[in-house]
Amino acid sequence: MRDVLGVVKPGLFTTIQDLGRPNAIASGVPPSGAMDRFALRAANLLVGNEEGAAALECTLSGPQLVALHSCLVAIAGADFDPHINGEPAPMWTGIFLSAGDELTFVGRRSGARAYVAVAGAVAGDRWLGSVSTYMLAERGGMHGRLLAARDVVAVAAESSAPAVSGRRLDENLRPDYADHKLRAIAGPHMKRLDAAGRQTLFGSVFRLSRDADRMGYRLEGTGLDASGDELLSFGLVPGAIQVPRSGQPILLMADHQTAGGYPVVATVGSASMPVAAQLLPGDEVRFAEVSIEGALRMRAAQRVALDSLKS
Amino acid sequence: MPAPRSKTRVRTHPLGDAALLAELGTRLDTALNTRAIALAAALKKRRDVRQAIAGYASVTVHFDPDQTTYDALTAAIKRLASKRPPMAEPGRLHRIPVVYDGPDMEAVAATLGLPPGKIAAIHARPIYRVFLVGFVPGWAYLGPLPEELELPRRHVPRTKVPAGSVAIAGRQSGIYPLSTPGGWHLIGRTSVKLFLPDLDPPCLFRAGDRVKFFAVS
Repeated sequence: MRDVLGVVKPGLFTTIQDLGRPNAIASGVPPSGAMDRFALRAANLLVGNEEGAAALECTLSGPQLVALHSCLVAIAGADFDPHINGEPAPMWTGIFLSAGDELTFVGRRSGARAYVAVAGAVAGDRWLGSVSTYMLAERGGMHGRLLAARDVVAVAAESSAPAVSGRRLDENLRPDYADHKLRAIAGPHMKRLDAAGRQTLFGSVFRLSRDADRMGYRLEGTGLDASGDELLSFGLVPGAIQVPRSGQPILLMADHQTAGGYPVVATVGSASMPVAAQLLPGDEVRFAEVSIEGALRMRAAQRVALDSLKS
Repeated sequence: MPAPRSKTRVRTHPLGDAALLAELGTRLDTALNTRAIALAAALKKRRDVRQAIAGYASVTVHFDPDQTTYDALTAAIKRLASKRPPMAEPGRLHRIPVVYDGPDMEAVAATLGLPPGKIAAIHARPIYRVFLVGFVPGWAYLGPLPEELELPRRHVPRTKVPAGSVAIAGRQSGIYPLSTPGGWHLIGRTSVKLFLPDLDPPCLFRAGDRVKFFAVS
């Protein structure tokens, strides 16, 4: 363990996240982990970490951090206008900080969640196999809570890979966060929608309500009717689009309830979840139907982009 | 002699590109739940399966799309489901003390036309089965609740239900493990902790366990 970054200001909602704790789902514990897993993976690879290492997830605004020792960092995901010592700093790029350097975020320009990875991996409380913060249970990450002023971010280990700054993810390999069309695969209860309902799901514009957090997003738009017999509760996944009786769909995200009995009409493909993670209340979103094969092709393209960062 | 084939039909549906739902049926049924738990256990042993979570009568399977496909896994699930289910081992039995003084007891008593003492006695009568653990950490869907106590959920869910509340809805009962919103009728409370964050697994009940309530004052 080595202290690397001092927290001057924590930002609005900054947590430590890795790829989550899938092994505890059967106990009702959500998978958690980074909402935008592409950005988390990319930021880690840019600093020579394992791609699933823990990093900071900064929501809607960035923290103000000061380097306590020299370290290699990378910022990916949402653009909160990062600066180092008052000078604009590049995103999706490995950057060396010297002791005393200040990393700040001037303001949100686009997206909802930015990731800050540090060479050696951000250290935190490990709970059920993951360092991800799960606030409902007050476990994982920074003692199960948000980062606070005067916290110290430590790295778990000296980075095994040589710390090389300047590594960069090519612009055309980054997700197109501005394209708010999420590709979704028809789900178990798609047949409950009639032709018009299906057209509404895949043709109309929805808007994120204020009720949108790490658990999921309540969407507003033309109502969907997926009514029918009461369903027995079953296991859910991130990306599932539930349609409760109100007809306003819910898109499940990383801290989702692990089981439920609302119809699931479709599920957002894994390669579109990074875009979903960058939406914020008021944003418009559309769904476009994709085949499993089509979704896997998108997933493979993201894999190629990430693999380009491995040396 | 070929193994006897079961009549259970399994239907699979995609849940995105890396998970699927295998449905064994649509009824609240102990035998179906036993099969779902057994199927989940068999699937968990496969290298291409990351997680298999039993529902009431289904299994949600998280798989590695680099190692298998939806179609290949569906075929494997159909083969597994056609095998005779293993003898169901009785789950662990938990005895849970309940003070039957919940904030909805009076209203439930009025709706059902039964005195609160009778409701407590009926609720504490059966040995419930843990059909499924999920929703929030430590929550267990228990059933079946005796028909005499069957009620639809509250019209207006509470925004905050205290942890330890013992509740009923439909043919089910449950205990709120954490202080969360909830729409079930609160008939009592227990001091037993269901969510045990410092243990692994972090909850008292597991799918297939049995639960017996008993009244305390």
